[in-house]
Amino acid sequence: MKLSGWGKYPVVDCRLSQPRSEKELADTVITSKSIARGNGRAYGDSALSRTNTIDMLKFNHMLSFDPTTGQLVAEAGVLLSDVIAAFLPRGWFPAVTPGTRFVSLGGMAAADVHGKNHHIDGSFGNCVDWLDVMGPDGKITRCSRTENTPLFEWSIGGMGLTGVILRIALRLRPVETGWIRQTTHVAQNLDAAIDLFEKSLDATYSVAWIDCLSTGNALGRSLVMLGEHATRAEMPVKYHATPFPSVTTQKLSVPFNLPGFCLNQYSVRAFNALYYWNGKRGDPTSYVNWNSYFYPLDSVLEWNRIYGRQGFAQFQCVLPLDSARSGLSEMLNNISESGRGSFLAVLKRFGQQHSRFSFPMEGYTLALDFPISDRSVALIRKLGQITADYGGRIYLAKDSIMDAQSVRTMDATRVDEFESLRQHNGAAQRFASAQSERLKL
Amino acid sequence: MSNGGVLILGARSDIALAVAHSYAALGHPIQLAARNVQTLQTEKEDLEIRYQVNVSLHNFDVLDLERHADVIEGLPELPEIAVCAVGVLGNQESDEKDILAAAQIMRANFEGPASILAVLANRFEQRGSGVLVGISSVAGERGRATNYIYGSAKAGFTTYLSGLRNRLAKQGVHVVTVLPGFVDTRMTEGLDLPPKLTAQPSEVAAAIVRATRRQKNTVYVKPLWAFILTAIRLIPESLFKKMNI
Ligand SMILES: Cc1cc2nc3c(=O)[nH]c(=O)nc-3n(C[C@H](O)[C@H](O)[C@H](O)COP(=O)(O)OP(=O)(O)OC[C@H]3O[C@@H](n4cnc5c(N)ncnc54)[C@H](O)[C@@H]3O)c2cc1C
Ligand SMILES: NC(=O)c1ccc[n+]([C@@H]2O[C@H](COP(=O)([O-])OP(=O)(O)OC[C@H]3O[C@@H](n4cnc5c(N)ncnc54)[C@H](OP(=O)(O)O)[C@@H]3O)[C@@H](O)[C@H]2O)c1
Repeated sequence: MKLSGWGKYPVVDCRLSQPRSEKELADTVITSKSIARGNGRAYGDSALSRTNTIDMLKFNHMLSFDPTTGQLVAEAGVLLSDVIAAFLPRGWFPAVTPGTRFVSLGGMAAADVHGKNHHIDGSFGNCVDWLDVMGPDGKITRCSRTENTPLFEWSIGGMGLTGVILRIALRLRPVETGWIRQTTHVAQNLDAAIDLFEKSLDATYSVAWIDCLSTGNALGRSLVMLGEHATRAEMPVKYHATPFPSVTTQKLSVPFNLPGFCLNQYSVRAFNALYYWNGKRGDPTSYVNWNSYFYPLDSVLEWNRIYGRQGFAQFQCVLPLDSARSGLSEMLNNISESGRGSFLAVLKRFGQQHSRFSFPMEGYTLALDFPISDRSVALIRKLGQITADYGGRIYLAKDSIMDAQSVRTMDATRVDEFESLRQHNGAAQRFASAQSERLKL
Repeated sequence: MSNGGVLILGARSDIALAVAHSYAALGHPIQLAARNVQTLQTEKEDLEIRYQVNVSLHNFDVLDLERHADVIEGLPELPEIAVCAVGVLGNQESDEKDILAAAQIMRANFEGPASILAVLANRFEQRGSGVLVGISSVAGERGRATNYIYGSAKAGFTTYLSGLRNRLAKQGVHVVTVLPGFVDTRMTEGLDLPPKLTAQPSEVAAAIVRATRRQKNTVYVKPLWAFILTAIRLIPESLFKKMNI
């Protein structure tokens, strides 16, 4: 059947299997070259395999919860949205969350996702205590920082290429409310934005929206948004009745694929300007509920359809701290010249990270969408080139465009090590995605 | 609605489990009854962790009529709501030739479910409250060459439910008949179902919760099915018998 990632590009004809038990899973793993698929929120072809795409969403049970430590043990197909629905009312929130709650725990571990708190709490792997992974022989191995360490370290961020993650033990974070105290700062340009980030390293959450069509002195003008979990005591009285607001299940959804021209550069310009001027007005501090703060896009179900049938690609890179200013300016110049930037340009400071194959490194990460076309593909390649020039790397969970050579230029040592590990333990013969084949991982 | 217990019969079914999640989310204690019920241990723990409600497991074989009264006696409390999801599709072609297999299909879809609901109906009537939900099938609305063994048993079940409803209407007990159309479950795995006419188990569960709350009598999950069935019922038998549908 035809499958794709969240970007609806590329579309690949895949064989899909939907195992319901460990035995059915093992049977399918040992008979065909496979890749696990969670909730399909990776943008490109990370969770697609022509020969065997394994839908993990039937493994969706929570297995235990320890209220003294906040440790949840759950199967990999459990969605983060379900974890929040079950535990936020009891005062627990994910320690690390991506910008959508419709991801599976397996997908979060495999991509070692990051949130707006990476500079303080690191990536998702930091809150994982152990994993159960089914290897190429269909056997399940428990791995952790102390037990079968290499399997643990490479599976986190390993994009499903070490095996199928079955169970995860993760720690949640205690919170007093489901509200975030947000302060919004206006940055006139990229330098100002970076200065703001560097001054705000003690803020729990930080992220910036960049108007990526601005030029000259205003290049990279942005809104930098800082956030803290609100305590009960500080909450305005009107919220005391609802310390843990639930999702008002908005059924706002995009009913069909909009034609690509709806997203021409004028609408993008208008959208960007709106965001910019909105944030400039009024009191910089506000209380925002968890859902609109962390998952603003989730309330528009299937928003990926606004890009039309051709689909879209997201480019996300990270540049090391010392080259970030110059590298990012070069990228923003290229983007604004092209006039093809999306309204979703996001900038974020990463803290240090020591891991085998995960995306983050200390520095700055930039992410933005492009409707698929020859020109945007060329631009994405160009941005990839700049990333390599400045010693950065790209995020596999977002990629659908790069080639094997450019990934090796960015990440030669890690790619080589991963390749030899996968050869050595037999994973290379059993686990591959359309992406790993494209990138020759 | 008070938070009375919800009994789910045939609890290993995808639809049944979706119903269990919906009611547990509303804070109802859940009683899961199924054959090989120990295989539902993980489901029990999952429900308990997610919703902080009590979940109990009960061995139940719909074909073992003699034990039906004991199954109900063995529950931690007489439930407020009972949902019967037991059903067996069978294999029409081979069951046509094997009359014992066909009889088994009829028992599992009609005799067995009717019997367990009879036990519950009597207890609910005594108490003067409760809701019985039977999952029947649109296949029971008209006999078709491709599934009349299953379909005729479901027809019997549908009629039984409407009879119960008529009997209990004045006793404070309500009966809901669910005709789900196609549902994406284990039963239909591998079949090429039209997406517009196919519901997810969670949609069936939501429809059941709604119907129970609003005391609806018959529910179709996808509204289109009500039209299709009206049309199918209108076709004269002289024409219908020659059709392939
Ligand atoms: C709106 C939006 C916002 C996002 N924001 C962020 C963000 O802020 N930070 C961030 O880091 N990411 C972000 N992402 C990306 C997303 O978090 C990751 O792609 C995540 O991996 C998706 O999880 P999934 O369950 O949908 O996995 P899929 O997309 O199905 O799979 C992703 C990868 O995980 C592997 N995988 C999935 N399940 C398993 C398993 N059980 N065992 C082994 N491997 C498995 C797949 O093989 C694949 O390589 C965002 C995505 C969207 C759509
Ligand atoms: N799926 C559809 O398209 C569809 C359409 C219309 C109506 N329905 C009806 O919806 C209900 C639920 O079906 P489903 O789709 O969820 O399929 P399912 O998973 O096959 O569910 C049927 C359940 O009935 C149980 N069962 C069968 N024989 C039994 C017995 N002797 N004792 C106790 N339990 C028994 C099965 O138990 P085991 O797990 O132990 O086998 C199974 O859990 C059924 O009544 C079905 O007829 C389904």
